[in-house]
Amino acid sequence: MTELTRRMTHRAQLALLSLTITCGALGSVGLLAAPAAHAAPPTAILIRDATIHTQTAAGVLEHADLLIVDGKVAGLGHGLHGPADAHIIEARGRVVTPGLFGGLSHLGIEEIGLEPTVDDYSLQLGSMRPEFDVTPAFDPESIVLGVGRLGGITFAVVEPSSQAGGGNAPGGSIISGQGCVAQLDGTIVPKVRALFVDLGGEANALSGGSRAGQFMLLQQALTEVRSPRALLNGDQRLLTPAGRQALQGFVSGAGPIVFDVDRASDIRQVLTLASRDKLHIVVKGGAEAWRVAAELAAAHVPVILDPLDDLPASFDSVGATLENAARLQRAGVTIAFSLDDPQPHNIRKVRQTAGVAVAHGLPWEAALAALTRNPAEIFGVADREGSIARGRPADLVLWDGDPLDVTTLADQVFIGGRAQPMQSRQTLLRDEYLKKLHTNTAR
Amino acid sequence: MRKLLCPMIAAALTACAAQAVKPDTQEHAAAAAQESSADQATGPAAAPPRDNDFYPSTYRVAPTAPTLIEHATVLTGTGARLEDADVLIVEGKIQSVGSHLQRPPQTHVIDGHGRWVTPGLIDIHSHLGVYPSPGVRANADGNEATSPTTANVWAEHSVWPQDPGFRTALAGGITTLEILPGSANLFGGRSVILKNVPSVTYQGMKFPGAPQGLKMACGENPKRVYGERKQFPSTRMGNVAGYRAQWAEAREYLRDQQEYARKHAAGDKDAKPPKRDLRLDTLAAALKGEILVQMHCYRADEMATVLDMAHEFGYHVAAFHHAVEAYKIADLLAEQGVCAAMWADWWGFKMEAYDGIPENIAFVDAAPNGCAIVHSDSEEGIQRLNQEAGKAIAYGRRAGLDIPPERAIRWLTANPAKAIGVLQRTGTLEPGKMADVVVWSRNPFSVYALADFVLIDGVVRYDRAQPATAPASDFLLGQPAAAGLYP
Repeated sequence: MTELTRRMTHRAQLALLSLTITCGALGSVGLLAAPAAHAAPPTAILIRDATIHTQTAAGVLEHADLLIVDGKVAGLGHGLHGPADAHIIEARGRVVTPGLFGGLSHLGIEEIGLEPTVDDYSLQLGSMRPEFDVTPAFDPESIVLGVGRLGGITFAVVEPSSQAGGGNAPGGSIISGQGCVAQLDGTIVPKVRALFVDLGGEANALSGGSRAGQFMLLQQALTEVRSPRALLNGDQRLLTPAGRQALQGFVSGAGPIVFDVDRASDIRQVLTLASRDKLHIVVKGGAEAWRVAAELAAAHVPVILDPLDDLPASFDSVGATLENAARLQRAGVTIAFSLDDPQPHNIRKVRQTAGVAVAHGLPWEAALAALTRNPAEIFGVADREGSIARGRPADLVLWDGDPLDVTTLADQVFIGGRAQPMQSRQTLLRDEYLKKLHTNTAR
Repeated sequence: MRKLLCPMIAAALTACAAQAVKPDTQEHAAAAAQESSADQATGPAAAPPRDNDFYPSTYRVAPTAPTLIEHATVLTGTGARLEDADVLIVEGKIQSVGSHLQRPPQTHVIDGHGRWVTPGLIDIHSHLGVYPSPGVRANADGNEATSPTTANVWAEHSVWPQDPGFRTALAGGITTLEILPGSANLFGGRSVILKNVPSVTYQGMKFPGAPQGLKMACGENPKRVYGERKQFPSTRMGNVAGYRAQWAEAREYLRDQQEYARKHAAGDKDAKPPKRDLRLDTLAAALKGEILVQMHCYRADEMATVLDMAHEFGYHVAAFHHAVEAYKIADLLAEQGVCAAMWADWWGFKMEAYDGIPENIAFVDAAPNGCAIVHSDSEEGIQRLNQEAGKAIAYGRRAGLDIPPERAIRWLTANPAKAIGVLQRTGTLEPGKMADVVVWSRNPFSVYALADFVLIDGVVRYDRAQPATAPASDFLLGQPAAAGLYP
C-alpha cells in the first residue's frame, strides 16, 4: 500500500502542476502540496486554525489546531506546536470533520454496472449461504474508490446483494452474505464483518413468492444453528456446515445482522424475531421506520436510511417521507446514512442526503453524526473512524465550506494520517479536457 | 480509446464545415410550430389539423388576483441578477420585473426579503407518470420494448396523472416537464410537455401549444434489449443502420405527402394521399421540425455520429440527453446549436457512463454558445435540480470556471425551455411570459434551500407553509401508512 500511495502521490503532484499551469485553478484552494516523489511522506502534519467537528464529547473546536504524528491524532487544541519538520496547513477557519461514511454499497466489487465480469456482489447459487463473504472480491485498485475518496469519504461498508442484474437473474438468497468495512485507501478493516438479509416484497422471488416465506426460512436457518439436535438425520437442511458456523457467529454477536426492510409491519416482525432470538440487528432502508420509531428506540436498533427516499417506490414504502431522519432522531433512534442504491459510483452523494435531512428538520450535528460517529459505532470501527480524538488514526477531511452543502468540496482528505492524493480517474479526465477547452482544441 | 475517438470527431468536423448550421435552427423550428399551432387555435385553419390537435390540452389558467413578490434577489433566467427587486404577476403572466413596482389593487403580496426568485424549473427528462410510483408492474408503461422502432407511440398515452412524484417535484420547484418514453428503442416514441398542475387527465396537464418531442436512443440500451433476444440491433453499427433505414423511409413518406399536397392544390382530382402510417407521421414531423428530436446518448463519438446522420437526413437534434461525455465535444455541440442535458455527478452504472465527470455541465456551459441543461431522469433527482446545479457550480469553480447563480439558473430554466420549444412562453422572467415562478427560502443552489412558493401561470400551486393543501395523489388517499406524512 505504501508504495502505491507514494507513486500516486507523485502522479498527483504532476497533475497539480500541469493544472496550475493551464488555469491556475487549484492554486487558490490551499491544497496540501504533495511531498517530493523520492521523499517519505512527512511524519507530522499540523493543521492550524480550523473549525474541528470532533464528534466526541469535546464537541466543536473553533480556531483549533490538530497535530498528526505517525498517522495518528497526536494533539488537538489551541497553540499547538509540531516537530520542526512538521508539514503545516493553514486552515484559516475552514472546517475539519472526521472522514465521512460512504454508506452500504458494492464499493470495490462492482466496477461498472451491467457487466457481469466486474460485478461480484451477488451469489447466484440458489441456496442460502451465509458463509458467502464478498471481501475476497474487493479490489483496492477500483477507480471507484478514488472518486469516493475525493468526495470526503474515508470508510464504507461493502455489502453483497441478494439478487443480481436488477433482480432479473434467478438464484439468489434472502441471506445475501457477509460484507466488510473498507477504508477508501483500499484497506479492509480486519475481522469486522456484517451479515446482510433482504426482506420485503422485492425479495418475494427469493422466498417462494411470499414474504411470510422469508420469516419461515430465517426461522429454519436459526433452528439449524441453535438447535441442531432437533434435526434428525435425513431432514432437509438449508445450510451447509460452513454456513451453520458462519450464521452461528452472527447469532453469537460477532457482527451486526443488517436487515434491508422498509414496511412498518415488516420492521415489527424483524424486531420480534431479533428480540426472541437475541440478535444484534440493524435496519437498513427503513422507509417507514419513523412509524415504528418508538419500538426501534426501545430495542436500541439503529436505522441506516437514505434521507432522499420520499416516494412510495413500492407498496412497502407508502409512508416514505423526507422527515424520516428527523423523526427517528427525535425519537432517540441511532441513525446513519446510505444511498438506497448499492451502486458504488456516486457514494459521495451521501453528503448531499445529509444536507437534505437537515433542510427537513434534522439538527446539523446529528446529520454529521449519521455520516461519521454513528455508522462507525454501528459497524464496530469507532476506534479508527467516525471521530477525531487523540490517539486515534487521523482519518479526516478539510473542507472548503459547510461539509453538508452541495457547493462544498473537500480540499484535503487524510486516511491513516496520510494526505491522500486529491486525484482520481475523473480528475485526470477533467484535466485532459480542460486543457482542450481552454485552447479550443477539443477535437 | 482516445486514439479511436479523435479521427471520428475529426470526420464530424469536416461534415460540419461542409454544411453551415445555424445554432438557432431549433428555436426557429419550435417558434414556427407554436405559431402554426396558435393559428389553428385562433384563425381559419389553412392546413388540416395535425394528429396532436386531436389530444388537445384542456389546461386552463385559473383567474387569480395579481401577485407582487417584493424585495427579493431575482434571477431572471436571461442572465441577470437583480437585488432587492420585485416581480409583478397579472392574469397569470409576468407583468414586470424591477424595483419599487406599483401594486395594483387587491394584490397578493409575497415578502421576498432574504428570498430568491427564479423562473419555474423545467425538467427536460422525466418519466413521471409513465414509470410512476409505486413501481408496480401494472403501471410500468414507459418502454414499448417490442420493436426497436416505435415512433408511433406517444408517452402521453401512458401518463398516470396520479403519480405522487408530480407533487414532490412541485415541492422542488418544477413547473414544466417533458415526459419521455424510455430508451429501450432506437425510436422510443413521442414525448409530451406537461405543466406540473394537478389533474385527473393528462390533457389537463398538457402544456398548451408545446411541440411534442421524439425520443431516440443511442448505445447500450437498444442493442442490449434487442441483442439479448438475438434480434436487430445488437451492435452500435446496427443502431445506426436502424435509424438510417427509418429516416430514409420517412423522407420518402414526406416526399409523397408533399407531392400529393402539390397535386391536390393544383386541382388534381385523381391524386391519392399516401397510406397513413402513424410511425412515419412522427418521423416526418421530426424532419419538418414540428417535433423536436431528444436523443439519449452517452458517448462523445456516438453523439458525433448522430450529428452527421442529422445532416444526412436534414433534421436537427434539439438535445442530447445524459451526454456524460459531452465535455469531450463541448465545442462541437455549441457550434451545431445542440444542447446537452446532463446529470451533475452520476456515472459508472454502465460502460458508456464510465467516463462521466462532475465538471461535465460546467464544461458544456463554458464553450462559446454552449447550451447546458441539468436533467433528472429520476423521480428523486427531479426534486432537486437546483442542488444538481449547485454541485456543477462547485466542480466548475474548482476547475477555474466561475459560474455565477444568474448564469447557472439558465441550466434549469431558459435552456431546457429552448430545447423543448417553449422559450417564447416560459423559462425566463420576462414581461408577457407565463408566470411560472419559484420563491426560494435562500440562494437556490444550496442544499438547505427550499421552495417556499411555486407559482404556475400565476397560481400558487405549492406553499411550503401549508404543505397539506398542496395537491396529493389519489393513490395516497386513505393509505394508513401515508397518514401523518405532512404534519
